[in-house]
Amino acid sequence: MRHKTRLFYSYTFRLALLYALIFSVSTLFLFYFFYLFTASYMTQQVDDTIQAEIQSLAERYDDAGLEGMAALIAARVRRQQAQTTGDSIYLLTTYTLQPLVGNLDQWPKNTTADNDWIEFRLVINQETNETHLARAKIFRLPGRYGLLVGRDINQLTEAKRRIVQALTWGLAIMLLLAFAGGLVLSRRTVRKIERINQTTRSIMSGDLSRRVPLSHHNDDFDQVAENLNQMLDRIQRLMEDIRRVSDGIAHDLRTPLARLRQHLEEARRQAEPDAESARYLEGSIKEADSLLNTFNALLRIARIEAGQIKFGFREIDFHALIADVVEFYEPLAEEKQQRLTTDLQAGVRSWGDRDLMFQAVANVIENAIKYSPQHGEIRISLRRLDDQVVITIADNGPGIPPAQRENVFRRFYRLDQSRSTSGNGLGLSMVSAIIAIHNGSIELQGNGVGPGLRAIMKLPLTAQPAPEMGISTSTPTPTPTTAIAVN
Amino acid sequence: MRVLIIEDDEATSAYIQKGLIEAGHTIDVATDGKDGLALATHEEYQALIVDRMLPHLDGLSLISALRETNNTTPALILSALGEVNDRVQGLRAGGDDYLTKPFAFSELLARLEALVRRATAETQETTLTVGELTMDLLGREVKRGETPINLQPREFRLLEYLMRHSNQVVTRTMLLENVWDYNFDPQTNVIDVHISRLRRKIDKNFDTPMLNTVRRAGYILRAT
Repeated sequence: MRHKTRLFYSYTFRLALLYALIFSVSTLFLFYFFYLFTASYMTQQVDDTIQAEIQSLAERYDDAGLEGMAALIAARVRRQQAQTTGDSIYLLTTYTLQPLVGNLDQWPKNTTADNDWIEFRLVINQETNETHLARAKIFRLPGRYGLLVGRDINQLTEAKRRIVQALTWGLAIMLLLAFAGGLVLSRRTVRKIERINQTTRSIMSGDLSRRVPLSHHNDDFDQVAENLNQMLDRIQRLMEDIRRVSDGIAHDLRTPLARLRQHLEEARRQAEPDAESARYLEGSIKEADSLLNTFNALLRIARIEAGQIKFGFREIDFHALIADVVEFYEPLAEEKQQRLTTDLQAGVRSWGDRDLMFQAVANVIENAIKYSPQHGEIRISLRRLDDQVVITIADNGPGIPPAQRENVFRRFYRLDQSRSTSGNGLGLSMVSAIIAIHNGSIELQGNGVGPGLRAIMKLPLTAQPAPEMGISTSTPTPTPTTAIAVN
Repeated sequence: MRVLIIEDDEATSAYIQKGLIEAGHTIDVATDGKDGLALATHEEYQALIVDRMLPHLDGLSLISALRETNNTTPALILSALGEVNDRVQGLRAGGDDYLTKPFAFSELLARLEALVRRATAETQETTLTVGELTMDLLGREVKRGETPINLQPREFRLLEYLMRHSNQVVTRTMLLENVWDYNFDPQTNVIDVHISRLRRKIDKNFDTPMLNTVRRAGYILRAT
């Protein structure tokens, strides 16, 4: 379905349509002039024939007077009736337009002017009321005798009608072909672009190993694809470099830090339990722990963002998961006399990493508990809306000013009022990284009219696992830096 | 008990050795995978501590090789890789527990003891008893002496884990992994709050507390 609409919106299709339109308009002009010239040529021929007849009648009139001309008309009418062919029309009348001789029963109505071209309906068959269009020239001869010389131009009008018909059909077929051609062309283009899109989408969701397939025609699309692939190669190399560097840092810094902690712990074990030095040592161990925690969180976020976690995707029952998080944090809320209320829709299942999802929801709830006042209320809801899992966590704490809401997802970003509280400023960065690898979104809003904050997490409802990650499927290989640091 | 440490980093190895000897255990040390496998195959140990990245033969292959010969000595894997996937791989290879470097020694010791306990006591009990505390696993009932104690389902699981590892330190992460069954880092002291709620239920109105906090390590349930 989506594919269909994309086809009609596609640039190629619109281009093809525009082209068909311009082509049709120009063809329409072509046809119009063709018709105009053909029709006027045919009319001219009829007029020439009539003119020639008039000429011969005029000559007879000059030679033999009115009677001679009337005789000629009568002879011609007789010949025409005998042969039952011929389209000539003659009528000679008195000055009151009473017919004298000719093959027309009466003088056409509303024709008073002299020496004029007229067109009138010629009755062919009285019973069926069949009429033909006729063209004629009328004269007043000396003595006010009326003379009409003309032709039945039914064939001419029929020919004109046929031409118009042929041109209309031609135009219609041409439009149809242009539309179909546009459809076929754009479908091919859309398919090619869709292939590129699919690849880029799965790359954006973390599978860096994917490449755009080439068609080997070496056309423009192949060139775009090739450039894209080269760019991807480069990005992949850069990502791997970053991973190597961050793994290196992790080991190079964490390992000595860990040893420092070991030594502190050792010293603490040997110190007199009540000595002042023991207190300092304990404080140092705590500091080392919080440093290590920050390191771990930072590394974890980096790894999540690099898409190395998707390996652990499986089906999650969101109702059970959120109920577990709430149950886990209930005692903490009770200590602050806060209420955790839930409104969870049952049977909401989707794919994801269970532990990471727990961590994400836990971090947001933990923040809500931490920043909400005593006796506050935290409302947690789970809904399935269309094809999304929507988790909303609303509190009535101090909230976050709208301008700062985006910033809190940045690493180490802390609001001024929260600097005094514990935490490393990485909790929401981790949430945002986790939501991102699930192709979801998180948004912070005000909590209606009152104070407070509402965090809305939206995750696509996926019935199938996301494509397995290229990097994560292989065991991370120890790098030279790592080897030096550990071994 | 007799423990084999297979670890190529001397500082870490010395740190573990020193601690375990102080705790009264006998230690053998191997510094690469091949030596480690040879020792583990030919000697009898109650537990193995295996580093994941080792020269010659990595930790996971070592454990896999050992398991193929039906050697079931509990193995604790040490690794600098701390992600869930790495953990899953480690456990799939036949490791019994997984500890990310850097770690506190108390964490290592607690986990090691829990491993050995699990390996030795694998009987299907229906009742757990620690001192005057009894837990009926089928009837879901807990009593201290004659006083019935009313527990929420999660508190029940928490106490069950503590009772199965009584007289032994359990750490906060061990509780998270085994009682809540999620692998994540709480930023706050939620576990402590859960424990203090449980403590109120089992120790209140009794002279001697059974559930004790071990500083910088975790908790211990003592038979008093």
